[in-house]
Amino acid sequence: MSEATIERGLNLFREQMNAPIASFFSSCVNCGMCAEACLFYTETGDPKYTPINKLEPFRRVWEQEYTLWGKLKSLLGMSKPVTDELLEEWEPLIYDACTLCGRCSMVCPVGNDISYMIRHAREGFVAAGYAPEGIKGASRRAITIGSPMGVKYPALAAQIKHIEADTGLTIPVDVEGVDYMALLSSMEIMNFPEYMEALARIFKQAGVTWTISSEAFEATNSGIQIGSSDIARELVNRVVVAADKLKVKYVISPECGHAYTAIRWEGPNLIGRPYNFKVVHILELLDELRASGRLKTEGMEDDRLTFHDPCQIVRKGGVLEPPSNLLNMVASNFVDMQDPREMNCCCGGGGGVSAPMSEPNRYVSRYLNARNPN
Amino acid sequence: MDFLLWVRGPGFDIALVIFLIGILIRLLEVLILGRKPDYSEPRGAELGAGLRTVLIRTLPEQGSFKRSPFTVVGGYVWHIGFFITLFLFVPHIELINAMIGLSWPGIASNLIDAVAAVTIVTLLAMLFSRLSHPVKRFLSGPEDYLTWLVTFLPMLTGYLAYHRMIDPYPLVLGLHILSEELLMVVFPFTKLMHAFTFIFARWYNGAMAGRRGVQS
Repeated sequence: MSEATIERGLNLFREQMNAPIASFFSSCVNCGMCAEACLFYTETGDPKYTPINKLEPFRRVWEQEYTLWGKLKSLLGMSKPVTDELLEEWEPLIYDACTLCGRCSMVCPVGNDISYMIRHAREGFVAAGYAPEGIKGASRRAITIGSPMGVKYPALAAQIKHIEADTGLTIPVDVEGVDYMALLSSMEIMNFPEYMEALARIFKQAGVTWTISSEAFEATNSGIQIGSSDIARELVNRVVVAADKLKVKYVISPECGHAYTAIRWEGPNLIGRPYNFKVVHILELLDELRASGRLKTEGMEDDRLTFHDPCQIVRKGGVLEPPSNLLNMVASNFVDMQDPREMNCCCGGGGGVSAPMSEPNRYVSRYLNARNPN
Repeated sequence: MDFLLWVRGPGFDIALVIFLIGILIRLLEVLILGRKPDYSEPRGAELGAGLRTVLIRTLPEQGSFKRSPFTVVGGYVWHIGFFITLFLFVPHIELINAMIGLSWPGIASNLIDAVAAVTIVTLLAMLFSRLSHPVKRFLSGPEDYLTWLVTFLPMLTGYLAYHRMIDPYPLVLGLHILSEELLMVVFPFTKLMHAFTFIFARWYNGAMAGRRGVQS
């Protein structure tokens, strides 16, 4: 990353400006309804957590440089400048107090996509040097080591060896010409290796040909989390190069929601062209296998159970029905949560949310405790 | 009388020009920014989803209605009341007809009177809510109160003029026209522009979500 300055930050704000953002800022009448959709406001009652307020520095750049009236006000010295102090003050709001869950974008009466604006505003914050240390470190590790948690290929190779020895299954690595290339998140490599075992088992039964790439196995994209397109592009590009090299038809995005946003929706725009392969979320692929009869299960869970829709995959990713389709396959008493699918409430977030936060967020914990008292 | 002649003549023309050219500039300011092509493989079509969002955002999402009932109901009442008094009061229709030759039937003036009264009370209640609700008070700046004022004044002066509550009548009528000119002049430079840009905002929101297969 080149040196962070307020000038770079302002330039990045300018680079992000487009017709959607200008129409969103033009349309806000400060009705305050987005506050009620935001967990940080509902859990604290503090008006500073109103989603649209988190964008004040970005809004000032828009007003002062992209509106006639704002330009006149600036000429007359009537506008409040965007300074280091302002960005420093707003950093906790734009990083620690937003999970990019996008619920506010669903309720705004004038239709403002507020989480889209926060995603773009973060570009300016990170370029000006106002991003939490933790995510800066994770991004550096992602660029230099290849994974935000510092996981290198030998660690993955060791896990693969364990699984193969324990189960007798094969986890294919760097196999050219197969249909699918699976990505993993660091968490799955280190803490939930059973994910790879499950893939191997299911794909064997369903006759899916697949591989893991030793050069690009990490799905987590710290660049998306921190809000830096430069970093995000570099990380997406590694996957694109590996997928092209192995000539796969599909890349499978794992559970991680922000990873899905990164590789499925932002990726082609970051590299500036469509992919030569398709991206599917693992839930989409499993649902496809279910629908075509290639995924077979035995037995039913009879306890009443539900599914907490993940924001990035469902509301912001469009994978709406596969989770319930799959659960109905194995559970006789599956029920939807209150406000299911695109209106779901943020669960407080996985790695993509906690990683950019400067400290464990007490509001998120309070929110989770309030929603799940048991 | 000079005052009434001025607000009806040159005053109105000046305000109208600022209003129309101002809106045009503001809309161009937004649209020329454009947006970059999206290379991600779409799951759904942008057009239909975007247009649907333009329409369905008019109805509040269920949870929002429960959480902010006053903002939702008050917002409906005064917007609808404002449009009824503006476009269905016979003298207003005659003015528009004289200007652009378009005419439509109005509604009885005593009905307009009742609608105007409700609108005025609702606007006062909305101001009270802005001053007292923690979120709205926190968010609001001079522009929010200015836009409220220039929206409220034409309603108030119109009501006073209709009931001849200020003497002489030409003075109150002149004040009514002047307040409406103030609204037109302030309009393009403030968030009153949402009356036009909300269509783009909703469309972009709906289109971007629709591309991902979600109806926003």
